[in-house]
Amino acid sequence: MSRAETAPGGAGARREGADQGAAPAREPVEAQEHAEVPEQGRASGGDRERSATAVPRAPRLLWSLGLFRSELVTVFRRWRTLALFAVLAGVPVLVGIAVRIETRDGSSIGGGQNGDGGPAFIQQVSNNGLFLVFTALAATLPFFLPMAIGVVAGDAIAGEASAGTLRYLLVAPAGRSRLLLAKYASVLAFCLAATLVVAVSGLIVGFALFPVGSVTTLSGTTLPLSTGMLRALLIAVLVAGSLVGIAALGLFVSTLTDSGVGAMAATVGLLITVQIVDSIPQLHAVQPYLFPHYWLSFADVLRDPVPWDAIGKNLGLQALYAAVFGSAAWARFTSRDVTA
Amino acid sequence: MRAQPAGAEARGEVVIETRGLAKRYRGTLAVDGLDLRVPRGSVFGFLGPNGSGKTTTIRMLMGLIEPTAGTARVLDQPMPRSARSVLPRVGALIEGPALYGFLSGRDNLVRYDAADPTADPRTRRARVGAALDRVGLGAAAGKKAKQYSLGMKQRLGLAAALLQPRDLLVLDEPTNGLDPQGMREIRGLVRELAADGTTVFLSSHLLDEIEQVCTHAAVMARGRLITQGPVAELSAGTRSRLAVTTPDPADAVRVLADHGVTALAESGQRVTGELPADPPDLAELNAALVAAGVRVRGFGLERGTLEDAFVALTGEGFDVAG
Repeated sequence: MSRAETAPGGAGARREGADQGAAPAREPVEAQEHAEVPEQGRASGGDRERSATAVPRAPRLLWSLGLFRSELVTVFRRWRTLALFAVLAGVPVLVGIAVRIETRDGSSIGGGQNGDGGPAFIQQVSNNGLFLVFTALAATLPFFLPMAIGVVAGDAIAGEASAGTLRYLLVAPAGRSRLLLAKYASVLAFCLAATLVVAVSGLIVGFALFPVGSVTTLSGTTLPLSTGMLRALLIAVLVAGSLVGIAALGLFVSTLTDSGVGAMAATVGLLITVQIVDSIPQLHAVQPYLFPHYWLSFADVLRDPVPWDAIGKNLGLQALYAAVFGSAAWARFTSRDVTA
Repeated sequence: MRAQPAGAEARGEVVIETRGLAKRYRGTLAVDGLDLRVPRGSVFGFLGPNGSGKTTTIRMLMGLIEPTAGTARVLDQPMPRSARSVLPRVGALIEGPALYGFLSGRDNLVRYDAADPTADPRTRRARVGAALDRVGLGAAAGKKAKQYSLGMKQRLGLAAALLQPRDLLVLDEPTNGLDPQGMREIRGLVRELAADGTTVFLSSHLLDEIEQVCTHAAVMARGRLITQGPVAELSAGTRSRLAVTTPDPADAVRVLADHGVTALAESGQRVTGELPADPPDLAELNAALVAAGVRVRGFGLERGTLEDAFVALTGEGFDVAG
């Protein structure tokens, strides 16, 4: 009928075809639908003279930093992040209390076996509370800290994919490289924050439970407390730097899958495997290339003078891991189909 | 293509243009040789059964997946290559809303807005507030998104598409999960946006919805485009039927047959039939019925619907996926 000529007038106008017969009675259904569809005074010719035009906007460098800020806020506002921090903060508390109870009668730690048990520096804690910072970092670095990083890094892309939010970030458009960079930056910020949580918690508990004074280094020299504190800060930064490699590894795993839980589990599984391989003497040939191999090199900061050799190797290895797995993550993420 | 000056005029009139667009997933073609043209200023209905390749097409248009073959141009620029300059002008709702459950509705929008490098952070609060009000979520903006009902999530997803003035809105099943009242509101909103000059690309499997709001439509089935064009033309192929409601159906059938109406069908108090190629004046037809003593309670033409057109095109039930 006459639908072709009325069609551009909007949905309401299209119904007019039914009335053409000038009939005295109309189907009640028709009347109802008329009530539902409001008239639109829109003509096809008028569409081209558009009343509201979206002005093309140019991206600005400063504005694109908003994604980094948003990323940080999103990471640190999650209950999961706060729970991880709580667990990490709890480790120095537990160690501190345990040492305090055991040394209450004046005996030394480990029942005089001269310290094969327990993490490094634990013998010195009862003499100097500052050593609780080093003990706590040494205790959390092999497992707790990298596990927390594995959770956050593994979830970074895969979690967004499984929630479906990834597609909306990409059509916003966040830009794949920029999003990946923002994710890595937020994971690194989490590394530093997690390490500082352990260090600060250790500092508070150490100062509360034990005497504090000048620091005796592993080389036997004595450093004033202020220098000792600075060294503690340096150690915290080095520990955070030791996590750069697993952060990149976790991010790469995260780009491989659409399952956040799967990526977290895979990253933590990889960590455990690598730690086991690193502890098997027969596999010493590959061990220098494993990311946790030089992790405990931070203890060298407590020597006088500081031998930077192993620390440098550790940071170099972390940079290598970051470069290799960062590139792999970028190659994968910028080319993959986002179907979740 | 871009260098040809002759194409310049035609380009401005089309906001989405694909040529031979195809996507293969593990050997099967989800989308096959798609040539889609969405005119500027249209409300374009994108129809097809579930699994017909609508969402795959939309994902290719938005640069989320790479086409196996063919090209796609959105707002006169190639996708996915020009995603950075095209997508800020496009608002999209793809396969339902996706939200951060631990953030409030407002913070969800703030996050999505922050991801757009062309969005001015100084106006962010105001734009987020306006978008929330526009979809009727102003009162629930402070609630955590995980407490939202499906309909509220859908509205929040729409709000994210409306954070900026857009040239093109791509809405994949926008009324999914909404109650009838919410559906009407969304349709009203779509018409409002279209009246402002925004081109709306609306995918749906609800024919009724497409028919109510769209000026143009395309029909997909099994990854192929079956037809596209103005909605009026699509359903013009089906003939309108005369429908008479009367307590005297037998008499009505006799009178209508005398006036050349064919294919008469009688069911209860309803008589329907096809008008002859040279139709008589409907007023006279009605008068003839009344003169013959037929008590006419209803009289009118039933337009061919898009559904009729669709079934005629595909020859299958609508929700049968290939």
